Amino acid sequence: MSDIAVRVMGLSKQYRIGARQKDHGTLRDHLMSNLKSLWRRNGHSTSSISGDSGKSSERVVASGAFSALQDVSFDVKRGETVGIIGRNGAGKSTLLKLLSRITEPTRGRIELDGRVSALLEVGTGFHSELTGRENIYLNGTILGMKRAEITSKFDEIVAFAEVEQFIDTPVKRFSSGMAMRLGFAVAAHLESEILIVDEVLAVGDAAFQKKCLGKMEGVAREGRTIFFVSHNMSAVTRLCERAILLDEGKLCLDGTSHEVVNAYLHSELGTMSAREWSDPLKAPGSEVARLRAVRVRTMDGQSTEKFDIRKPVGLEMEYDVLKSGYKLMPGIMLWNDQGVCLIDSNEHDPAWRGRVRPPGRYRSTAWIPGNYLAEGTMFVSVSLDTLDPLVGQFYERQVVAFSVVDSCEGDSARGDYAGKLRGVVRPLLNWNTVLNSENIQAEPVVTEPQRRC
Amino acid sequence: MGHVMEANAQVNAVVNRPRRKLIIEKQDRLFDVDWSALWEYRELGYILVWRDITVRYKQTAIGVAWVILQPLITMMIFTAIFGIMAKMPSDGIWYPVFSLTALLPWTYFSQAVTRAGESVVVNAKIVSKIYFPRLWLPLAMVVSPLVDFALSMVLLFGLLFYAGIPLTWKILTLPVFVLLAMLTALGLSLFTSAMNAKYRDVGHAIPFVIQIWMYLSPIVYPVSLVPERWRWLYGLNPMAGVIEGFRWALLGRTAPDPIVMAESLVVLVLVIIAGLVYFRQMERQFADII
Repeated sequence: MSDIAVRVMGLSKQYRIGARQKDHGTLRDHLMSNLKSLWRRNGHSTSSISGDSGKSSERVVASGAFSALQDVSFDVKRGETVGIIGRNGAGKSTLLKLLSRITEPTRGRIELDGRVSALLEVGTGFHSELTGRENIYLNGTILGMKRAEITSKFDEIVAFAEVEQFIDTPVKRFSSGMAMRLGFAVAAHLESEILIVDEVLAVGDAAFQKKCLGKMEGVAREGRTIFFVSHNMSAVTRLCERAILLDEGKLCLDGTSHEVVNAYLHSELGTMSAREWSDPLKAPGSEVARLRAVRVRTMDGQSTEKFDIRKPVGLEMEYDVLKSGYKLMPGIMLWNDQGVCLIDSNEHDPAWRGRVRPPGRYRSTAWIPGNYLAEGTMFVSVSLDTLDPLVGQFYERQVVAFSVVDSCEGDSARGDYAGKLRGVVRPLLNWNTVLNSENIQAEPVVTEPQRRC
Repeated sequence: MGHVMEANAQVNAVVNRPRRKLIIEKQDRLFDVDWSALWEYRELGYILVWRDITVRYKQTAIGVAWVILQPLITMMIFTAIFGIMAKMPSDGIWYPVFSLTALLPWTYFSQAVTRAGESVVVNAKIVSKIYFPRLWLPLAMVVSPLVDFALSMVLLFGLLFYAGIPLTWKILTLPVFVLLAMLTALGLSLFTSAMNAKYRDVGHAIPFVIQIWMYLSPIVYPVSLVPERWRWLYGLNPMAGVIEGFRWALLGRTAPDPIVMAESLVVLVLVIIAGLVYFRQMERQFADII
């Protein structure tokens, strides 16, 4: 028996662009997507307009296909734990789907020595009408377990999920946390030699996340091979001895997880809040205009990586206009760390609107008001188009980043709550509470005192 | 969190299952049904059938009674409209019996075609997240309505008893006709379920096609009503053979032509082979297009 559990050779996967956008291919859609790809090929538009983080021009090949993964090769030894990292659209999910046989490669091959299970989502196939017990069997079987195997592990699964009292209750009465715990518990008891895990730890409360990590560490100690895809860098370094960094569908770094995570964080966040192109020949752009710098800065002009949630954030781009006679439209996009595009905004400064800009260096700044963004890491993309006709001059994806922090002083939207808040934005809403009457017959309400910051 | 440690400590020995090396690459063989994988996942087929049956009558007040009620009411309507009002000939058989013997295999067939046709799309979430032989989806949905069918046979036997129609040895041939209906449903569904993943139009067309098909099958009228010179064409409809077979086995009417039966069996086998090829071709893209 060889020592290699997984061998990936020259693996490539292309999607038809229409297919990737999940159109359900009614005949009408089919015609439309053909028209669109024709339009795209004629170069009337750059892919920047659609703002999809994955579509750099290089990956969209002429036939209207999108190359999600390009010529990726690596070997994984038995018992190795490999983290797969990269930003959104780098090809991580595609690699997982290929490894788990959900989709077929366009080129190249994978050799898997041993039984494979993929856990791409917790509780896939759960049926809300069925009880917890029934769903354990259903989910387990879908994941490839045998009935006898499930029966022998049943108690263990139930105990791990902590749902003993509800095991004969339909899952639709479960809280989302319970359903998720049950889903993870089933998957965690799969006895496969190769386990593929995607981001399951991104959900659930802190205690359960810890428990899942603990379980996975246990699995790793048993000598099974694990692929672990996550945006959680601390989890990757903790769980994996080795990591693979994907970028634009290519394998760009393969080494110890500390090495690779450091390199990734540096390339992503090391430069963090400012990037400059000192050599105009290497700067992104065209003969019409070139990008020279992108910065994130405060009101008093400082470039910083950390922003108080209450303070405005200035997104600044500096560019040279090299040819006269063009009307310009700079644009800025903001992405959160979940890959959601929060803001897509084009410059509309009345001073320049509809006017041709003479050659020279320009600086355009967009101000995001304070008390608007939620906490977390934000990535900034910048673009520049010339108008009439609309032609893209450059589009730089996620060039700088910054993080928004809430110092918990009670005057932000979180009020006096210290826990995790949801929402992709967090504006300070105008709350208004009045005491209408003091004379009511109220039931005595026991309130739990909230933790103060 | 005491039992967490326990769960971790209980080290699961890596299974001693015979290991087989798996190669994943682009397949371009035309016919490559992986029978061993299909067999390995047989419990999935079983559980899909079980899920379908269990879920179907959850949160219903009268539950499985629907299985009896639906054909019973349809039979009553047919009897009223076609038997009494339109005075449709029924080869001298009491009309309720005449129509119910046809309705039951037909109900099975239409259920199987409907459920199997949407089986891939309905399970889109699983299909796009987990590998398993996708063929089990239409296969399971062709099997699961058999349970409803078997239950509704009770109604038919009750009616036969009431009408004083004796059962003969011929009833033993019923499974053959049921199998024929299953193969017809499967052959069709291999195409529709796979096509539905790409073109949702199929989902809209299926109920419509089934309705037309019903009137092209001898359910409310006898075959004898079909002009002689069109019979050969009529015989191409395998469901006509199935229904004729049911009437022969239960009511002792003229036997279906064995040559026509053999013909439609051959056609069905070809359709199923073509369906398997088509399904396998489409299956590769399921996760990408669904």
